[in-house]
Amino acid sequence: MAAFDEMLPEVSGLRRPYEAYDRWLKEQDPARLTQKMQDAERVFRKTGITFAVYGEQEASERLIPFDIVPRILSGQEWRRLTQGIEQRVQALNAFLDDIYHRQEILRAGRVPRDLVAKNEAFLPEMIGVKPPAGVYTHIIGVDIVRIAENEFYVLEDNARTPSGVSYMLENRETMMQLFPELFQKIKVRPVENYPQLLRQSLAAVRPQSAKGAPTIAVLTPGSYNSAYFEHAFLADQMGVQLVEGQDLRVVDGHVAMRTTEGYKQIDVLYRRVDDSFLDPLTFRPDSALGVPGIMDVYRAGNITIANAPGTGIADDKAIYSYMPEIVEFYTGRKAILGNIPTWRCSEPDSLKYVLEHINELVIKEVHGSGGYGMLVGPAATKKECQEFAKKLQAKPSNYIAQPTLALSTCPILTEKGLSPRHVDLRPYVLVSDRIQIVPGGLTRVALKEGSLVVNSSQGGGTKDTWVLDD
Amino acid sequence: MLLGRTANGLYWMNRYIERAENMARLVDAGLRMALTRTQNASEEWNSVLLSAGSDIAFSQKYQDYTAANVSDFLLRDTSNPSSTMSSIETARNNARMVRTALTRETWESINEAWMSLKRMLARPIDERDLPTVLDAIKRETALIRGSFYGTMLRNEIFDFSQLGTYVERADNTARILDVKYYVLLPSLSWVGSTLDNYQWESILRSVSAHRSYRWVYEADYKPTNIADYLILNVRMPRSLTFCYRFLGEHLKFLADDYGERHACHGTAEKIQAMLKRGSIKDIFDHGLHEFLAEFIRDNTRLGDEIAQDYRFY
Repeated sequence: MAAFDEMLPEVSGLRRPYEAYDRWLKEQDPARLTQKMQDAERVFRKTGITFAVYGEQEASERLIPFDIVPRILSGQEWRRLTQGIEQRVQALNAFLDDIYHRQEILRAGRVPRDLVAKNEAFLPEMIGVKPPAGVYTHIIGVDIVRIAENEFYVLEDNARTPSGVSYMLENRETMMQLFPELFQKIKVRPVENYPQLLRQSLAAVRPQSAKGAPTIAVLTPGSYNSAYFEHAFLADQMGVQLVEGQDLRVVDGHVAMRTTEGYKQIDVLYRRVDDSFLDPLTFRPDSALGVPGIMDVYRAGNITIANAPGTGIADDKAIYSYMPEIVEFYTGRKAILGNIPTWRCSEPDSLKYVLEHINELVIKEVHGSGGYGMLVGPAATKKECQEFAKKLQAKPSNYIAQPTLALSTCPILTEKGLSPRHVDLRPYVLVSDRIQIVPGGLTRVALKEGSLVVNSSQGGGTKDTWVLDD
Repeated sequence: MLLGRTANGLYWMNRYIERAENMARLVDAGLRMALTRTQNASEEWNSVLLSAGSDIAFSQKYQDYTAANVSDFLLRDTSNPSSTMSSIETARNNARMVRTALTRETWESINEAWMSLKRMLARPIDERDLPTVLDAIKRETALIRGSFYGTMLRNEIFDFSQLGTYVERADNTARILDVKYYVLLPSLSWVGSTLDNYQWESILRSVSAHRSYRWVYEADYKPTNIADYLILNVRMPRSLTFCYRFLGEHLKFLADDYGERHACHGTAEKIQAMLKRGSIKDIFDHGLHEFLAEFIRDNTRLGDEIAQDYRFY
């Protein structure tokens, strides 16, 4: 399957956004570039930018490999993308507000009632609750893939707690350290104000009870969590406290943190803890990661939780297939960014098709994430396909299937020079009284030749993502 | 504003950095004794283990008190929670937990120390390499201290870190003295034999003070001078008085910042007064061992009170 290469497509030759970079690259001594590649790795290891891989005790801290060739988008390409993303994010928030209140979309029959009501990600506790400033999903990472010059698709809407933004920032920082001259030659739009924007965005959605400047904190499951580095990084960059469940308790109707001078009220909590662990009194009683009683404080309107509990229903993979309808229902316009055709295995006809074409499709768990529990048909052995088919038949509603797309490629630097690898893109979106999208995002790259899986837990790497100021 | 858990992490991070280094120092002193006095080497190693507070754990694992066994146990054994490797690991875990409170330089120096010591202590140490390994440990902890002092803001974060450093250091110096207190007693010291000379030098070496002693006192080792140096000298950075001068200072900063005094302030002042009042003669009259035992108890209590007063848990 011939993929579209974003730098050097076979048909038309070098693409414009890459022209200046290509000129620079041709002047470079290959040995120096190899040296820079090693420098980059040392920088990452030294600063401890690592992630934990579950189930691997020995190498419990790993680096996400970083490639020094940037992924470049023109200003025009970016403007088109942001229009589509904004529309989608508006629709996501409107959808959440609707299904936790009047449920008009269900009444209109545009989304099946059972798909929402019987979904684990739907929280009945949130029915009738109005989050501060009316925002449900404050921080979103929309995964976008490209298959041709003008064809972009949304692969996933990460509306719960999207991760990876720290890599976007550190990748840029590293690139600027390694190649300062490049940034003088080429005007790249900055991403480094993301933490400031995030802080302003969180402050803007503070509860009405917050007096003066709101106290903001980042809630982490703790230093053993795979994304702990990012939690610490964001708290640090925003200049707010990084708290764990054990630091928090409900005091006089507010959530408060234990400081060296006693308990201090928190107004906005950017939580990186899943819904089910948030409040042992409301959700999982065995959770030690959350705060007993926080949901009562939330319902009373005395704290902002970002993202709001129950937003998972909006990025559920079964709901995903209805996104074109959802976007149209709430914005009154056709979706600017398309969906990838998706077979819902819960529907008998679709299941039949999926089983017959299992070796051509990508099959995902509805609630899975991080590339775990999925089957990439064309890359799987016959035995793997057969075993997966059994799981699929046992619980069809647990799966969706999508065609194997020829994801666009972007070159990486290998020992033998440039070599194309498949990439995707996760731009980060902030929602408060406005929608802000940082020009750039995280480009994930499948480092293995021919591989389509870009997840870091499955051997993926990252690249700096440039949006040109042109 | 500082989270109680963060204050706790800072405190223990620094206690463990201090401990990692102290273990290297103790092994260094033991090694010197064993080299110069081959006959009673196992006894010397036993007192090293006593000073490290690791004698019982060691005896459960080993029978022979040899340089190889003791240095392995104190430097690289991860089943010994106070070994250099365990200490640096715990220090780094704490640093990871409080990372937002540290400067980038401080965090990186701890992370790099952890990486390089992990590599160095991965395999049993060849006795010939022991001096190199001990130097490397001291160098890594010195780099951490350097980046810490050079880059950290002097605020409550700094105060809690320093409290950890000095509580650990005072405990360490007091234990070293207590294990060897009998060689400092006058009845024995009058003998002034070569044996005693070695013992005295060993004490000074365990706190890296064998050279600076001579700058302060005359060239000969005198037990009262050694005790004076390690207990009462205001300028010797590992003496009990020095540690308490800084503990008192940082506790005062916290009281001023927060506008509130706690039980720990009273305890620290009491200990400081005791150190200030006494001359070394009084301490010997009172009983050196009794004095040290009481000091270690009070110092531990101060640590507990700090944890409680500042809501570490």
